[in-house]
Formats: sequence, C-alpha cells, structure tokens
Amino acid sequence: MPDHLSALQLILNADPTLLAIVQLSLSVSLAAVALAAAIGMPIGALLALTHFPGRAILVVLLNAMMGLPPVVVGLALYLLLSRSGPLGELGILFTPTAMVLAQTVLIVPIIAALTRQTVEDLWIEYRDELGAMDVGALGRMTTLLWDARFSLLTALLAGFGRAAAEVGAVMIVGGNIDGFTRTMTTAVALETSKGNLPLAMGLGAILIVIVLAINAAAWGTRVWSQRVTG
Amino acid sequence: MIFRRSFVAIAMLLGIAAVCRPSFADDRSIVVASTTSTQDSGLFGYLLPIFKAKTGIEVKVIAQGTGQALDTARRGDADVVFVHAKAQEEKFLAEGFGVKRFDVMYNDFVLIGPKSDPAGVKGRDIEAALKTIQAKGAPFVSRGDRSGTHAAELALWKQAGVDIAAAKGPWYREIGQGMGAALNTASAMNGYVLSDRGTWISFKNRGDLDVVVEGDKRLFNQYGVMLVNPEKHPTVKKELGQAFVDWVISPEGQAAIAAYEIGGQQLFFPDADKKGS
Repeated sequence: MPDHLSALQLILNADPTLLAIVQLSLSVSLAAVALAAAIGMPIGALLALTHFPGRAILVVLLNAMMGLPPVVVGLALYLLLSRSGPLGELGILFTPTAMVLAQTVLIVPIIAALTRQTVEDLWIEYRDELGAMDVGALGRMTTLLWDARFSLLTALLAGFGRAAAEVGAVMIVGGNIDGFTRTMTTAVALETSKGNLPLAMGLGAILIVIVLAINAAAWGTRVWSQRVTG
Repeated sequence: MIFRRSFVAIAMLLGIAAVCRPSFADDRSIVVASTTSTQDSGLFGYLLPIFKAKTGIEVKVIAQGTGQALDTARRGDADVVFVHAKAQEEKFLAEGFGVKRFDVMYNDFVLIGPKSDPAGVKGRDIEAALKTIQAKGAPFVSRGDRSGTHAAELALWKQAGVDIAAAKGPWYREIGQGMGAALNTASAMNGYVLSDRGTWISFKNRGDLDVVVEGDKRLFNQYGVMLVNPEKHPTVKKELGQAFVDWVISPEGQAAIAAYEIGGQQLFFPDADKKGS
C-alpha cells in the first residue's frame, strides 16, 4: 500500500490495493460465515431438540468455545496444514483457503451456541403444536430453524463480526502476504509496525464502517422480509 | 421451502467461489520466508514488481524474524529464505535444509535512543555505549524474538563483556515482537533500541528518537539468500525458487537493490558473491 497517502486519500482514489484488501477480507469472512452456518446451525438445532446423557456438558463446552483464542486456533491449524503436518499435502497453508478454515473454526461455536439457545426457546412455544402434528425430528429441526430465521440472523452477524475483526488466526495461517492474504486487520497490524499510525488508524476506521454497513444491510433485509412474509 | 433452499445454495456458492478464486494464481509463484526488516523497509515492495516483470514469477513474502523464517522453511512451508543472521543460516545449511547460501547485500545496525541521550552514549563505539546503558540502567528495548537483529544484539552484549542473562533487570525490556513494534515501544518509553538502518529510515513514528551510535564496524549487517533443499521437502518449487536466488545475486538484481532509496538515502548495499557457501 502506498504509505505516503492517508487512508482518506486511498478511499477517494479508490486505491486498487485497498480495494483488493477489502474484497479479500469480505470474501474470506463471508465464506467462513456461510460454511459455519451450514455446520453450526444443524448442530445447534440438534442439540436444542435432543436429550441424552452428557448433553449439558456439550452445551457448556459449546458455549465456552465461543471464547476460543484466535491465535491458538491459528497455531493449531498452522501445525495441521504445514507441509510437515498431517494435512500438509493439501498445500493450502498461506492461502485464503486456510484463512477461511481458521475463521470457520472460530465461528462455528458462536453460531451453534446461539442457534441452540434460539431454537430451544422456540421449541417450548411450538412443542404441543408440532407434537400434535406428529412431525418427525428432521421436520421439527427445519421448521424451527426457518421460523427462527430472524433471530438467527443475529447469530450470523455475531459470527461475521468475530471473523472480520480477528487478526491472530489469519496472520498465522495466511502469512499476511501482500496482494494475496493481506486482510484489513493484518494490514492494520503491519502499518502499525511500520510506525505509520495514521494510515493504520484510517484502515481501522474503514473496517468499522464496512462492518457497520453490513449490519445495517442485514437489519434492512430483516425489516423488509418481515413485512413481505409477515 | 424454495426460498430456504435457494438461500442455502446461494450462501454455499458464495463461500465456494470465495475459497476457489485465488488458487488460479498458484502456478508460477514462490513463497519466500524473510525478515520484518526487508518488508517494513519497503525493499520487497520495490524489488518484487521488477522481478515479476522480468520473469513472470509471483513472490509471496512471509515476513517473520530470522529464527522463525528459518523454522518456516525447516517445516517445508517456504521455497526460499532471505534472512540476516549468518550463524543461524549456517546451522540451517549444516542440517541439510538449505542448498547453498549466497551473500546478497548488507546494511548496518544503528543504536537508536532519545535525542537528549540521557545515558550519554552518543558516538561511534557500540561496546562502550552498551556498557554505559547497562551500568546506568537506562531503558533498553530488546526484540527478544530470535530474529537476526536480536541475535546481533545478543552478540554485541557479549562483545561488550556484559552477561545480559544475568544483568537483565527492569531496564531491559524484551518485547518478543518485530522491529517496527520495538521502535514503537522505544519511542513510547524513550528508551534505547538496536535497529537495522533500513527499518529505521522508513520508520514513521519516531517521536523523540534519533540515531545515537553508528559507524562502528561491529554493527555490520549481512543478508543472505538460500533455496530450501528439495531433497528434504519435495514440494519446494526448485526452478522458480532458484530463478529468484539467481536474480537477486545477478548484476541486474544487485543494481535494483542499490537503486532503492528513501528520501535520497540508499538502504541496502549489494555485495553478492557468486561462489556462495
């Protein structure tokens, strides 16, 4: 990134380096949210609707895993994905794919734990009705997930916020390679280490605005679709 | 139901598209494990586009401390290492992880400190300066991260006759981070810190800091380049990595290094020796 320019000039010039970094940050974090939703929501719903010995332990574990330290997740994945590690043959260390994986691991627990709580609360309301209609387990799960979709949006946003904001994991498994795995957060860390504090701060402000815009868009979608579908 | 399915499908497609997109560029690219000084000083930002225009090879730089960069290569996660701690590089070679080491360029270390120089160490003698800093207990920031600069600092304490492991106290602050972070820390606490000149020249958050000791020949800082041994790690991109090594020590690469300046100051001085070691 041309470091004689301020963050404001970079935006006004639509600086291609800045745009590429923003695009990478967004696509990595959104891909992680999509993957984590596909994994986490069924897990959360399943956990909400089933009863088995040890379930309480699993729920506590899942809740605790919302606080996984990104740097530890990054390190564990680094050891797995390194050429000398068990998954080294994939050759995906220091690529955006590895970054998506790291963020997915970080946010699956968030989405799963919040889904479990939401679905469990809804289940109390729906239990008699669904029980009377003799709906199967899979049917219950999909019905509850669908009817809880507006509340679940918050779970997705929480996941996205965590993914877009973290730096520890993507730094380790992505390597902060210029033009390839440099995201908004790793760029902020780099500019800070170069002593370019105004540019670092400006990039941070851009990131916050983007996260805000996405949350506003999600809110708008929710209001709109509630009006359409009732 | 249709809505639900299409939403899930779109989300998955988005995810897959984002994951797959970057892998096209992988064919002609290499990973170079290097030091924070070569990146923070902007050298790679200047050098790599020239190399790419010439060869079409994309160079992905992982900037770490020298010790960590060598470890990354030991694990087989880099094709080339470009670092600055000769003793550690020779150990790496002796273990069979490197093919051959070539000198590339040098610059020098400088002792940075507050302009007012509270410990009174200004001058050309780094040993005397370090002895005084220790005797007076003036705040000193150490990288503490097994980087090339950290190794050089430890060697200088030894030459100055200070057993730093025994002498360290609250005045000696090991931060375990890169050069830029160490300079930021020194700037914040008005302490002394050893830096490579390249990072110092390009560093922007100087505050009240300035160069206090320079020009001592013991402050010499040599950079070397090595291809990671394909016999240890068959995934190493041998031809492309070798092309990069050959280019940085070629007359053209050396001229490019010499041409890199900030504010009219040359940062690195080419001194490639074709024979290697």
